[in-house]
Parts: sequence; structure tokens; C-alpha cells
Amino acid sequence: MTATRPPLSTSAVRPVWLIARRELRSRLRSKAFLLGTLATVVVIAGYLMLQGAVFSNASRSTVGLNGQATALAGPLTDSARSLGLDVSTVDVSDLADGERRVADEELDVLVSGAPASLHALVLKDIDDDLRNVLNGLMQRQVLVGQLAEADPEQDPQEILRIVADATVDVRSIETPDPERGQRTGVALVLIALLYFSLLLYGTMVAQGVIEEKSSRVVEILLATVRPWQLLAGKVIGIGLVGLAQLAVIGGIGVTLASVTGVITISGIATGSLIWGLVWYLLGYAFYALVFAASGALVSRQEEAQAVIMPVTMVVAIGFVLAISLLPGGGTDSTTTLLSLIPPLSPIFMPGRMALGAAPAWQIALSLVLTVAAIAAMVWLGGRIYRTAVLRIGTRVRLREVFTRSH
Amino acid sequence: MPATALEIDGIGKRYGDIVALRDLTFEVRAAELFGFVGSNGAGKTTAMRIVLGVLAADTGEVRFRGAPVDFTTRRRIGYMPEERGLYPKMAVLDQLVYLAELHGMEVNGAHRAAEDLIARLGLRDRRGDEVQKLSLGNQQRVQLAAALVHQPDLLVLDEPFSGLDPVAVDVLSEVLRERAAAGVPVIFSSHQLDLVERLCDRVGIIRSGRMVACGTVDELRSTGDAELVVDAPSAPAGWTAGLSSVEVARTEGSVTVLRLRDGADDQAVLRAALATGPVHEFSRRRPTLTELFRNVVSTEERAR
Repeated sequence: MTATRPPLSTSAVRPVWLIARRELRSRLRSKAFLLGTLATVVVIAGYLMLQGAVFSNASRSTVGLNGQATALAGPLTDSARSLGLDVSTVDVSDLADGERRVADEELDVLVSGAPASLHALVLKDIDDDLRNVLNGLMQRQVLVGQLAEADPEQDPQEILRIVADATVDVRSIETPDPERGQRTGVALVLIALLYFSLLLYGTMVAQGVIEEKSSRVVEILLATVRPWQLLAGKVIGIGLVGLAQLAVIGGIGVTLASVTGVITISGIATGSLIWGLVWYLLGYAFYALVFAASGALVSRQEEAQAVIMPVTMVVAIGFVLAISLLPGGGTDSTTTLLSLIPPLSPIFMPGRMALGAAPAWQIALSLVLTVAAIAAMVWLGGRIYRTAVLRIGTRVRLREVFTRSH
Repeated sequence: MPATALEIDGIGKRYGDIVALRDLTFEVRAAELFGFVGSNGAGKTTAMRIVLGVLAADTGEVRFRGAPVDFTTRRRIGYMPEERGLYPKMAVLDQLVYLAELHGMEVNGAHRAAEDLIARLGLRDRRGDEVQKLSLGNQQRVQLAAALVHQPDLLVLDEPFSGLDPVAVDVLSEVLRERAAAGVPVIFSSHQLDLVERLCDRVGIIRSGRMVACGTVDELRSTGDAELVVDAPSAPAGWTAGLSSVEVARTEGSVTVLRLRDGADDQAVLRAALATGPVHEFSRRRPTLTELFRNVVSTEERAR
């Protein structure tokens, strides 16, 4: 009997892969996973549709008219109304005063100049519909002028060309960034996804560790695999499940948003998504080890909450700070500092990168710091896990982990 | 005498101030069923966990086939922990295949071994069910299968019979005998001493972390005081009064049970019995393992 037995594999990597594969299979097959993914896709689709509706909704614009342009008050309101725009006009006698009011966002647009040669001053960018209305008014004025001095020998095509060339001259006080709003949207969706993924899959690691402890299966497993193999397999398996889910949800999200026209920056969105996946892997690696070490301290699911809570709080605080700070542009010193702190980088940095607000050196620095933090957690978390995972019974105190020799 | 397979050599283990094992030494031979008995808390589980390396000993050494047990050797041990451990939400077959593969078997061999054991242990109808949906007895069978599935070189089973019905006990006993006959030494702990007596080639009795008796069942039984059962209906009370080194343990109707100490002459007892009238039964009875165990344990307690 002993003689006919085939040799057993002694590979150190194979058990890690077997353990990871078990995690993958049991998670991917579960209904909760499929329903969870579906629900997230639905929520994102709903959010995008809502955003689409909000973006395309005509907002009320206030237009200041200066000098000869004051004559346009009536025609402007009328043509705007015919396009479904709600425009109110204000006469501005002093050009400088008008500029100040644009800068203060009291006026959306300040229109000046002769009706045949209009100038528009805006803070950042002019609404496309409003620009069309102004162009229309101006072209009509030019056409009237051309017709008044009609020369029978002039080519009608020439007149049409002159008319078509007449467009309102738009000047911005600040550099326009037409992508800013979309980038903010992408950044917020991304950090929300990262937050949920880190929390969900990190917690799953902790619960998996506790499940193995509470069912005592860990004793059988550790009689044949080493603690690091068990830990690595579990972290990798669950991490891959999370990566797959995030990639599917993100891919569907970017596609839907581009198709529905909610975003026109699908290149930036795709790039952000890819960086998001990279940051997910880094953040997950860090938090999964923290969660695994925390989970190893207790023996029963009922005690899980107590050890998981402090970790989830850190992730949650990071998320709340990120969603409140990032819409400010992501370039201020607080945001910059927070994005360089390893436990927060995986949420802040991809957000800043989506906003285009992170210089390359900061990205590189945060990557280096995060990888260093992961390495530290491999050592520390691995040590806590190894010491605590076979201690069944009362909760293991961290102090004991470090005072015991084994 | 068969070669020594597993040697437990002077193992000691303390938990803080509590001494769990002190200088525990015994051996298990090749193709042998070794029964490990002792009261609760005597140190059986600690000793087994040390053999499996899930616990580190403070002193001493465990050797298998002459070499200290290391990680590679341990992977060739089949282990059934005291606290049963399986993934509750994993199907029986998947679970066994997974454990076999973790022990290093290739996938086809793992499947074959798992299917064989499932059939052998009468679990075929439940092979696709989650472990948590099985009865406790069936969970126990799966647990045993988990210890056997990688065709180990040594079996270490902590209370494998607890909670089993008589049919399952028979199936399990047969499987263990079969493995032992195939050359795989088996060490198991149990409180069912009649079972240990029936099944085991050798028995070790542990008390307070120390081996107090170790040997074949016959050897152990011959160490205790022999008893003599005499059925002499006409014998008056006190008929043994003239016999030296003999005392009456108890009387049951016409039957007198005598305890013979060293130097007692059973033929003199027979003559004395015959002198009282007819003798229907005259037999020597050696103590059962249960009696021996009680005796060992209570002796130690008195000695304290």
C-alpha cells in the first residue's frame, strides 16, 4: 500500500493557490456575491441617470447687458425661451462693475459690444445653449447689415459665409476647465467604490479567519500547511474576488456613463478606473492583513464586531474626509497630506488622480509609502496571525502576542 | 517485536503555572493500534497536539521512524482534533478533495481517495451535502474521512468514537484495524475503555501529564490483583477465614468473589471450597481495563 502511493507534492506555492481557489469558488458561487454585484451596478446606473438628468436640465441664467447690447434684452429672452432656457437680463451701465459681478458669480454672463460684434465675459465657461442663442442674435444682426448694403453683384454664398463667421467672442476670467465637473463625478464614484470594496472584502477576510477558528478547521489545516500559506491563500483568493467585482462594476459604469453621454471624458474615466484597480489592490493588501490579524484575536463570530470595528472606522473616516475634501479640487494642502498617509492613500490618491490634481512625484511617493506599509503589515500582521490563530478560547490580547516567545 | 514507529520522548509542557505534561514518554510501534486513556485534563489532547505540531513542546522530542518529526513528516499524519473542524458550508466531497490536495495529493488521486472513503464510511448519499446539514454522527464520519483521505503514514485521533452510534463504532473500528494491518500505526484517545480493550494492541494510561501504565492489555491486566470467583452454595459465611493472603471482595448470592494477593494459593482456596460441599464455579478473573483504570487513578489520588 505504502509502496504504490504516488509522491506527495512538496511545493510551497501550491497550497496557497489551493486555498485561494477555494475562497474564489465559494465566494463567486454564493448568491450574496451575485446579488451584491447586481445591486451595485443598478445603484451606479441610477446615479448616472440622475446625474444625466441634472446635467441636461436648463438652469436659470442671469445675463448682464452693457452698452449697445442692452438692445438685445427682448430678443435674447425670447430666443432663449424658444430653446427652453430661462434667461433673465440685467442692464449694466459700467463695464468694470459688470466684470466684478461676473467674478462674484452674481452674473453668469456679461454681454457687451455692438449687436453685430458681441463680446461675452464669463467666469469659467459659457453654457452651450446660451452661446448658440447669442450667436444666432449676432448672425441675424450681421445678416441684416449685409442685406442693407446689398450689392447686387455680391455672391450670396459670400454673405452666408460672413454671417456664419460671426460668432460671439467669449472671454473667461478664470481658465475654463470643462472637464472639472465630470472629473469630480468620476473621482467621487471611484472613491465610493474603493471604500465599499475595501470594507466589504477586508471584513470578509476577518470573518473567514474567524470562521476557520470557530469551526476549528484551522487545526486540521495548520497540521498540513504553514500559517503564512493559509493567510496568503485567503487574502489572495478574497482579493481576486473583489478585484473581479470592482473591474466588472467599474467597466459597466464607465461604459454606461459614456454611452448615455453623462461623461465625455471616457479616456480619463478609463484611466482613473485602471488606477483605481491598482489602488484597490494596494489598499486591500494593507487592510486585508490588518483585518486578518484582528480576526485571529477572537474565536467566535459574536466577538468579531469588537475587533473589526476600529479598522472599519479608519476606512470610514478616510472615505468621509475624501468625499468632503475632493470636490474642492484636490490640490489643497490638507488633501495632499492625507493622500500621502498610507492607510488613507488608497482612497485619497485615486480620487486626486481622477481629478488630475496629483503631481507625479506625489503619486510615486504615496505608492512607495503604501508598499512600505504593506511590507510592515506582512511582518506585523503575519506575526499576530501566526501566534493568535491557534489560541482558541478567550480573546487574545495584543500584549500576549508580543510577550510570548513562540 | 515490531519496529518502533512513533516515539514520544520526555515531553513536557506548561501553561503558565499549570503543568500539562511532565516527562511524557511512550512509543507506538508499526502496524499497532495504541489506545491512549486518561481522565479529562490528564494531558491526552495536549500530547496529540504536540505530535501534530499545532502546539510546541517546552521540552522533549517526538520522533517518527527514528527522525524528529518535522513539517514534512507531519503532512503524512492523519489528524482528528478533539474539537471537530470542517468548513460548515462546504460539501462533503469538495471538502475531502480539498484536504487531500492540501496534503499534497494530485487532483485525480485526491478525488479517488475521497470517493473511496465516502463509500467505505457509508456517506455516498450525502457526498454533495454541506457538512453543517449532516447529523452529528455523519459529521464525525466525515471528520474521520478527513484524517484518512491523504493515506497517511500515521493516524492520530483524538476521541474518534465519541458521539457515535454502535454501527458507526463498528465501521470505524474496522477501518482503523484495516489501516493498522496495512502498516499504519494508529494512536487514539478514548473514554470508552471496553472499546479500547477490545480494539487496541497496546494501551497507555496517562494521569496528570505522566504515563502511569503502558503495555498490552494482557500485561496491564496481569499487574492488578487477581480475583477468584467461587460458587459454592453450601459454604457458610466466613469459610475463607483460614486462608492466608485472601480476602472477600464481595458476595453475590451463593457466589463469593475473592481477591488474591501475592503469595495466595488458589488450590488451597479450592480445597476449602470443596470442603463445604459442591462447587459449581471456580474461575480466575482478571480485572477489566475499566477496573484497572479506576484502580490506577484512585491509587494516584490516594498517593497525593
